[in-house]
Amino acid sequence: MPRIPPTTRRDFLSLAGSAAVASALPIITVHPTEATPAMLTSVIRNVVGEAQVRSGKVKLDIPPLVENGNTVPMTVSVASPMTKDDHVKSIHVFNEKNPQPNIGNFHIGPWAGRAQISTRIRLADSQKVVAIAQLSDGSFWSGSADVVVTLAACTEEIN
Amino acid sequence: MTSVLVKVPEQAKRGDIIEIKTLISHIMETGYRRTAAGDLVPRDIITSFTCRYNGSEIFRADFFPAISANPFISFFTVAKESGQFEFEWIGDNGFSSSASASITIE
Repeated sequence: MPRIPPTTRRDFLSLAGSAAVASALPIITVHPTEATPAMLTSVIRNVVGEAQVRSGKVKLDIPPLVENGNTVPMTVSVASPMTKDDHVKSIHVFNEKNPQPNIGNFHIGPWAGRAQISTRIRLADSQKVVAIAQLSDGSFWSGSADVVVTLAACTEEIN
Repeated sequence: MTSVLVKVPEQAKRGDIIEIKTLISHIMETGYRRTAAGDLVPRDIITSFTCRYNGSEIFRADFFPAISANPFISFFTVAKESGQFEFEWIGDNGFSSSASASITIE
């Protein structure tokens, strides 16, 4: 018959003790601070001031479904002749649910020839991304895209 | 060690719209991540990127933590004269890096 090592009272107590210590460790649940749609609106106000933002002219290219929120390719293009009298001055990109509503500001001018920029962004959740363009006549135009993210970025733990 | 990649056409015709692409190695630490112990990892990002064409600024970007690690940017400009493109990245903790590329106009 195989010998099973006897469980002594001492073994049992030390095991029970260490289990108790382990469960006493604080379990940290991180609730990431999240930009709210209200924050998004106020950040957009900071950029556009009192001006009205009309929808149109701005095209936001993002894949509708992304697996990894850490690198999401994004292209913003604005329909503009890019002449001295009629051009895009800047493009501002925002999001709804990352910890911070800003993504990036891009300043261009008539010398660009084409009002288009590309970069890679982080998205912490499935959400709406908004791009706003300021034109040389002072008007603001916006375009948006909804993105579904399977693996979120920004707030994960470092191991 | 920071490594930088810039892509500018070596030659272009006057008036051509050319695409410029840049990539730089950088962690872009958001400042919202925590270690397993629960400590917040301080923010360390590139905050600004500028491109000059023969001395005059043609493109500038402000970055936020939502820009991915190793920031990639692509943008356009009209090829007007032969010369030099200068690129500059500035960031947290005194980070600064630069690169240049030249173009010949036929």
